[in-house]
Amino acid sequence: MKRYVLSLLVENNSGVLSRIAGLFARRCFNIDSLTVGTTEDETLSRMTIVVIGDEQILEQIKKQLNKLVEVIKVIELSPYDSISRELVFIKVKASNETRSNIIEISNIFRANIVDVAHESLILELTGDAGKIEAFTNLMEPFGILEFIRSGATGLQRGERVLKEN
Amino acid sequence: MKASKAIIRCLENENTDVVFGYPGAAVISIYESLRESDIKHILVRNEQSLVHYASGYARETNKVGVCISTSGPGATNTITGIATAYMDSIPVVIITGQVDTDLIGTDAFQEADIKGATEPFTKHNYLVKDAQDLPRVIKEAFYIANTGRKGPVLIDIPKNIQEDSIKFEYPKEIKIPGYNPTLSGHIGQIKRAISRIKASERPVIYAGGGILSSHAEKEILEFAEKTNIPVINSLMGVGGFPQDSELYAGIVGSHGYSYSSEIIGRTDLLITIGARMSNRATAGFSKLNPNIEFIHVDIDPAEIGKNVGYTLPIVGDAKKVLKDLIDKSSSMNYSSWNEEVKSIKKRHESNADYETQSGLINAKELIRHISDKLDDNACLVADVGQNQIWSALNYKIIKSRKFMTSGGLGTMAYSIPAATGVKIANPDRQVVCVIGDGGIQMCLGELAVLREQNANVKIVLLNNRKLGLVREIQQDLYGKDKSYGVDLNLQVDFRKIAQAYSIPGYEVSDMKEFKEAFDEVLERDEPCLIQCNIDPDVRTL
Ligand SMILES: Cc1ncc(C[n+]2csc(CCOP(=O)(O)OP(=O)(O)O)c2C)c(N)n1
Repeated sequence: MKRYVLSLLVENNSGVLSRIAGLFARRCFNIDSLTVGTTEDETLSRMTIVVIGDEQILEQIKKQLNKLVEVIKVIELSPYDSISRELVFIKVKASNETRSNIIEISNIFRANIVDVAHESLILELTGDAGKIEAFTNLMEPFGILEFIRSGATGLQRGERVLKEN
Repeated sequence: MKASKAIIRCLENENTDVVFGYPGAAVISIYESLRESDIKHILVRNEQSLVHYASGYARETNKVGVCISTSGPGATNTITGIATAYMDSIPVVIITGQVDTDLIGTDAFQEADIKGATEPFTKHNYLVKDAQDLPRVIKEAFYIANTGRKGPVLIDIPKNIQEDSIKFEYPKEIKIPGYNPTLSGHIGQIKRAISRIKASERPVIYAGGGILSSHAEKEILEFAEKTNIPVINSLMGVGGFPQDSELYAGIVGSHGYSYSSEIIGRTDLLITIGARMSNRATAGFSKLNPNIEFIHVDIDPAEIGKNVGYTLPIVGDAKKVLKDLIDKSSSMNYSSWNEEVKSIKKRHESNADYETQSGLINAKELIRHISDKLDDNACLVADVGQNQIWSALNYKIIKSRKFMTSGGLGTMAYSIPAATGVKIANPDRQVVCVIGDGGIQMCLGELAVLREQNANVKIVLLNNRKLGLVREIQQDLYGKDKSYGVDLNLQVDFRKIAQAYSIPGYEVSDMKEFKEAFDEVLERDEPCLIQCNIDPDVRTL
């Protein structure tokens, strides 16, 4: 099983999200994350969907997505010629003894400290899956109180763009 | 123009001449506009049958079948029909009424989220929130339903939207950025396919319902004859290839012929055209040649590689791809393979023994007799169950005969409304419906429509007082005395029921009686029903 990142251009209609989510549920495809937002053209939205599967499942997912009338384009974002990032917030326990240690690690990862309280810190980090995992592992011993991730979002590198033909 | 009137104008623009419907408060204003138009409205007796009528109509005319139902319970009643059409790729447009836009989401009286509910079973669906969108939406719906891989499209229209007034103009062009079905096969792939065919020793064409929906009956016959490749049908493909052809090699699937499975087991190249390799069909693929190659032609790319691997995919419309295959191929010769196929076929030809212990009718013999008697343009619509399998295996497709059934969803009570739809669409076609006593009791009310429309459909009711197919499966799995929950104990006099609907009814219990009755009903220019008391222990295969 591998992790694949798909980028979709879809019509910005109400119900399109439910159609896509329904398709994944119905056909037992695994979604790892899904993000959606409007594009420079407000009649269109873009989605980034991270799926778990093998080549054959990926091919079916792409084909089934393409069958949806409101889906205009589907491409795979390969790690080599695309970038994808996700945003996480981590609320971690911080005492007088541990605070500076946490801040030091955060600086190395270029994580922002966005909230400071007596007993905790909230850290904001943007990165790919590997960076986030490494950072989370380092924060674990301090005690993670809450953790939320946005799901990946991405673009192809270079001047190629995803648009209607 | 009032939006409800515009809706009807759109239907007229799509050359709709018949709509099947069941009204309610949420479509009142559409009905008022319908009253003023030349489109014929046929009032069915239950929305559960609604889409099946439209399905029969569509399969006969190649046009989109159209139906209308009200919001809430009317709409939810159509769901099984929609799912049935979806599984068999039948082009249907369903218009449903919806509560007023400002009531949507409030659990208003007769509100149901039919767009959400039918998402899994429609090719596409719409909830119209701006009346000005109606002409575009309706044009798109018809286009989507009847192009590419065909299927049902639902349009949900709130009551207040129907009352709005719009500037009516029927769009000339269609622009749907996410919908561009591939019709022509890639020419390089077609050439490669031909080299593979030439290199193979024992090719077989496996032809499905796609042949019928793209009207490629002529082309597949021409291609098969040019190349001398035997043709096997799926259940949905029955009717797409003449069974008196030397090249016809049966029906494959869990309820197909065992000789067809044996032929598939011997082939080294399976050329699948317009078939989706469902689990029921590939149940007949058990012993494949380990070096088999697959060429798969389908208009829906997602069907290629979904259930069975492929060595060479061709995405395109069956008719177009076959035309190219015919153009690019030279005549071929597989005489030793053709001989082998013939001998496999012969080996399985048993001398039919129709004796039954009970002395009641053997359903296989009955269907053979029907097949012998029917016209060259007959359409047999089979329901679901044993009656369906007996029909598929014993009714012979010749000339312009057709066969219809609910293949993908296997929906009982499909046949009577679908057969009626066929007859309404084409009064010149001889139409026979074969159904079980379970199936008919799910749609008795529709007999009224048959009579009102004077639709000359002959209903052959195979009465075994059992849910025959379920019983057969139980007996196979658990033992002869282990059937349960499948007895239709009450002895129903279906002849009287028919008569109550002013339909001539007959009851027969042996073949002699059946033959007489069948001759008589064929003479009558009106719907008739023959209750045939069949032996419940005759098996399907
Ligand atoms: C709507 C629906 N409900 C249940 C089934 C399951 N089922 C398949 S065949 C069958 C028996 C049908 O009995 P009958 O109509 O009498 O036909 P027979 O098999 O006896 O020819 C049933 C219940 C079905 N296919 N469709």
